[in-house]
Amino acid sequence: MKKMKKVLSLLVVSSMVVASFAACGTKNSSDTFTIGGIGPVTGDAAVYGQSVKNGAELAVKEINDAGGINGTQITFKFEDDMADGEKAVNAYNTLKDAGMQMLMGTVTSGACASVMEETNVDGMFQLTPSASSTDVLKNGNVYQVCFTDPNQGIASAQYIASKGIASKVAIIYDSSDIYSSGIETAFKQEAANQGLEIVAEEAFTADSNSDFSVQLQKAKDAGAELVFLPIYYSQATLILSQAAAIDFKPIFLGCDGLDGILTVENFDKSLAEGVVLLTPFAAESTDEKTVNFVKAYQAAYSNETPNQFAADAYDAIYIIKAAAEKGSVKADMSIEDIGTAMKDAIQQISYDGLTGTQMTWAATGEVNKQPRVFKIEGGKYVTAE
Amino acid sequence: MTKIKELNKSTRNNIITLGIILVFYVLCQILIAAGVMSNLMQGLLVPLCYYSILAVSLNLTVGILGELSLGHAGFMCIGAFTGAFFTRCTEDSIPNVFIRYTIAVLIGAIFAALFGGLIGVVVLRLRGDYLAIVTLAFGEIVKNIINALYIGIDEKGFHISLQDASNLKMAEGGDIIVNGAKGITGTSRDTTFTIAILLLILVYVIIVNLINSRSGRAIMAIRDNRIAAESVGIDITRFKLLAFTISAAMAGVAGVLYSHNISSLVATPKNFGYNMSIMILVFVVLGGVGNIRGSIIAAVILTLLPEYLRFLADYRMLIYAIVLIVMMIFNWNPACITWRKNHSFKDILQSVFKNKKEEAKASGKEEA
Repeated sequence: MKKMKKVLSLLVVSSMVVASFAACGTKNSSDTFTIGGIGPVTGDAAVYGQSVKNGAELAVKEINDAGGINGTQITFKFEDDMADGEKAVNAYNTLKDAGMQMLMGTVTSGACASVMEETNVDGMFQLTPSASSTDVLKNGNVYQVCFTDPNQGIASAQYIASKGIASKVAIIYDSSDIYSSGIETAFKQEAANQGLEIVAEEAFTADSNSDFSVQLQKAKDAGAELVFLPIYYSQATLILSQAAAIDFKPIFLGCDGLDGILTVENFDKSLAEGVVLLTPFAAESTDEKTVNFVKAYQAAYSNETPNQFAADAYDAIYIIKAAAEKGSVKADMSIEDIGTAMKDAIQQISYDGLTGTQMTWAATGEVNKQPRVFKIEGGKYVTAE
Repeated sequence: MTKIKELNKSTRNNIITLGIILVFYVLCQILIAAGVMSNLMQGLLVPLCYYSILAVSLNLTVGILGELSLGHAGFMCIGAFTGAFFTRCTEDSIPNVFIRYTIAVLIGAIFAALFGGLIGVVVLRLRGDYLAIVTLAFGEIVKNIINALYIGIDEKGFHISLQDASNLKMAEGGDIIVNGAKGITGTSRDTTFTIAILLLILVYVIIVNLINSRSGRAIMAIRDNRIAAESVGIDITRFKLLAFTISAAMAGVAGVLYSHNISSLVATPKNFGYNMSIMILVFVVLGGVGNIRGSIIAAVILTLLPEYLRFLADYRMLIYAIVLIVMMIFNWNPACITWRKNHSFKDILQSVFKNKKEEAKASGKEEA
């Protein structure tokens, strides 16, 4: 009798296990394209993931309303990765179970470096809106919408030198962040070439990113005319207010991470006056495409102003559309065939989007576009000379 | 059946646990071979193993030794980075994956044990919760040092810098292996499900043997009553150190599994930070302090749960937390334990069978 009971319970347990492990069988029906998205919508970097998700969903909706890709509708699915490599691979596998054919992701560089190994094995087409590290270009199977980190650093140094706005430069950066340290390294090298003098080079880490008085004091004592901030805007707001507190008024220059600084709650926007930033997108821009996008985005997401991440994702979906049409990709092709066709096609197209005009792609996956420089004046972005 | 019953209770328990692991392994292999296992589950098999190893190893410190460690992710981090570093350096010189991987696991374990020992020598002499405080700090220090560490290799040998990559002064064609915040990328992904299961079994057997050995009994004696243990001549520091070092070494093994399962290894607050250490502690507490099988099951459930809650989208982590609280209460609240005893599935089954038996007996009698 005991034996029977044990056999019975074992049977029950194993059938439960089988049921939970087995694929759910919701394979993609071949009459729509399934595009997957991966990014953090919970955790520290949730702002970026949420923006990417919103931007992409907006683009998908517009494309579907206009008839889809060559008449084929798009299904868009988004999964959370908490900006962690391990979770990102789980999210990727979940999306694969849901029938994903192309990947628009991931949002952060570290997670992207893990997922790209999976897409490389599967031959899946991967276009990342915002993973800007050069590590993600290593396999040559990931295409970027954003600039690489070193490119941003080089462009910043060249901008400072060519406009002659400063000769003594201080840097405050996050040494524990791939994005920040990537820009910083390239900036430093290019600054030496351009004859800029780096008088202070101060690091902080993710664990100590609330008090910058030491770094600012050092920069002030060294007589810096310009402080370069290759960091995200949440820390930049603190730096700006703490600099004002010690009466330190250099020029502040940042990269695309600073975009969004005017949307921070309880931040005195007058402190951001005069901040210069190199970013491919600014919501206050007056060109027709941007105006329409901002209007549509605000209508869809309760008046929220889109940031650069939303614009990158919006562009990414339209780039996928352009490449799929160029390569006449069909929804019933296998994942690998789609991947090969898309890779060929994306190198042939030239795309005009929100985050750059005449964007083209090299075989490495790197995008070729011009950086734009904005200055904050009167609480708005204006194009700088 | 009867033979199993004759064995003593702990041996029987161990055989059951090993049996569960083996059945799980065979079942998974069958499902993979049949092609019905989802991609998500296939990707989770190795993580399940290393989280189980972490839970088992922390249970040795918390449950058997009776000390609190809040820096277990730090030991995992050391194992992960030293193991991956070795593999990256020797990918060309040792082409045999088996030999290379074995050495990597040993290196990861040894380095983690070394640091565990260093901390233990100082801290385990003290009474009180000092181990928790020191390991907590240790975990954060390890993470920050690795984020600032640059190691490269060229024909002249290794170059080390704590500033940045350009300070390594590498020759042409040099290879930067540890690149500060970018960590180690491109480690070959040698961890397979089979290796992970084998290591889990190995770790389990080592710990169970330790518990049931002379040393294990000494360790538990220290946990239960330090003064009494001292009075019978047990060397307190030595046995505490032994248990803690073994525990750290096993966390290092889990780290090696982790780093060879993911191609980009970075030390972020997410994977090797304080939260991860607490997560491992949660595995142990949910599974039962001192209960090895329980902590394996808890690790498996708590790793699968957030993935299978993905359909809840934005509410996922919220529901996850609620489920965790409910599980904790159901498992450990005294009122719930009594309720479970009164309504146990086993008893219901037993009573059903008993009734049937009696009915059968009764009907047999009637026929007679």
